[in-house]
Amino acid sequence: MKDSSEDHAPRQHWLGLMAKAPKGRVATLLDQTMTRPAFTWLRAPEVGSTMVRARAGATGSPFNLGEVTVTRCALTLATGEVGHAYIQGRSKDDVEAVAVVDALMQTTAAMTLQLQVLDVLEAEQTAKRDARAAKAAATKVDFFTMVRGED
Amino acid sequence: MYVAVKGGERAIENAHAWLAEERRGDTSIAELSIGQIREQLALAVNRVMAEGSLYDPDLAALAIKQARGDLIEAIFLIRAYRTTLPRFGASLPVDTGKMACDRRISATFKDLPGGQILGPTFDYTHRLLDFKLAAEGEVPEAATREATPGNVPHVTDFLNHEGLIEEAAHNDTTPPDLTREPLEMPAERALRLQALTRADEGFTLGMAYSTQRGYARNHAFVGELRIGAVPVEMDIPELGFSIEIGEVTLTECETVNQFTGSKSEPPQFTRGYGLVFGQTERKAISMALVDRALRWEELGEEDEGAPAQDAEFVLYHADNIQATGFLEHIKLPHYVDFQAELELVRKLREEAGANSVPEAAE
Repeated sequence: MKDSSEDHAPRQHWLGLMAKAPKGRVATLLDQTMTRPAFTWLRAPEVGSTMVRARAGATGSPFNLGEVTVTRCALTLATGEVGHAYIQGRSKDDVEAVAVVDALMQTTAAMTLQLQVLDVLEAEQTAKRDARAAKAAATKVDFFTMVRGED
Repeated sequence: MYVAVKGGERAIENAHAWLAEERRGDTSIAELSIGQIREQLALAVNRVMAEGSLYDPDLAALAIKQARGDLIEAIFLIRAYRTTLPRFGASLPVDTGKMACDRRISATFKDLPGGQILGPTFDYTHRLLDFKLAAEGEVPEAATREATPGNVPHVTDFLNHEGLIEEAAHNDTTPPDLTREPLEMPAERALRLQALTRADEGFTLGMAYSTQRGYARNHAFVGELRIGAVPVEMDIPELGFSIEIGEVTLTECETVNQFTGSKSEPPQFTRGYGLVFGQTERKAISMALVDRALRWEELGEEDEGAPAQDAEFVLYHADNIQATGFLEHIKLPHYVDFQAELELVRKLREEAGANSVPEAAE
């Protein structure tokens, strides 16, 4: 079902981006941007797990590696848009904020949220990843040959 | 057999209260927070997640605090909690080729694309106690250097190009899950890998070490060891497409083993694979060695009768929760069992005329 067709790509991206945000971050950015709209639960926040799979030898047949905690929910805005969220960890507040943003991204508020929530998250995650990569790069070995025995 | 007996309630209650007090220790010393354990005892947290088979650093830290640092007890708590969670589904197989590597080394190639990245390692430290850590102080910031963008390729890919190493067999059937079906022999590789990744680190290390010392000869090179974060992607039925639901840190070890060939296979290198939650290097290397040893049959190698080749022995004794559960249950009351044994020994002694001996000595 891995489907990255054009239609889904943006939604796939923002849901993934928010799922990887630090605790409380999506809620903070959302509340700074606007008052939350009224909604009703389609599926109240619920904590469960997902079995993480991997491949033998990195590219071979799949095996079950172990589970990860996941929280999910679904809601409908008063205006009818449906928001979904699946995020790692056990945070009902976070998952609600993500689903609200997901629903609002289907409304006229999309542009504002893109700028004030999603772009901010993206920049933060890029900065964090780059900082770690830069520390890793500083531990890269530069080999040089001191003496080569040719005898 | 053990028997339920009444009368211990008050003693048990008081024992638990004392346990709570001892857990807290000297109250003039600041209490540990979950955050402190998560951040400062990260490798213990990683081990509990790996062997508890549940990736959640906060829960693992809580378990370590509750277990007073007894990691097997902490793993027990995580395993018990895990069974209470509804399963939402399974992820797509993670792509370790896209790992954001904190560490990536190869013992087989010095100069390799992506380079040797040491990462935050204990290797090359002198293993001398650092008394500076006993005093409070600021930690200097780690150095940085401009990173090369892009994915770090797997070492085995280079060997693959020359056909010098076996291809990883590839099919996309749903793998068996030992959390759903009891582990049964013969166990296919997918099941063995699942059992090994959650196996006790000490047991796995001992088994791996035995292969290095010559039981099931398998001289292994660490083709590659990498540690870093990979995204976890899952199909969401209600959306009709997959999304990334988070990110996990993994340690991956690929060993390259000499193989002289068999009836069906040409001489080439073979592979052992280790993949474990968290920064868990010793465990991942151990897993790869044991995985390779257990593959003797499919590769047409000799059964040398080595313990590490015996899947039943390895897999049925590798789980520390099963092992500790059975081991520790013998300290529970076995009064009736023992009474029966006592009777039997008395009867046997009587028959052997042994009871006359102590009397004679009196």
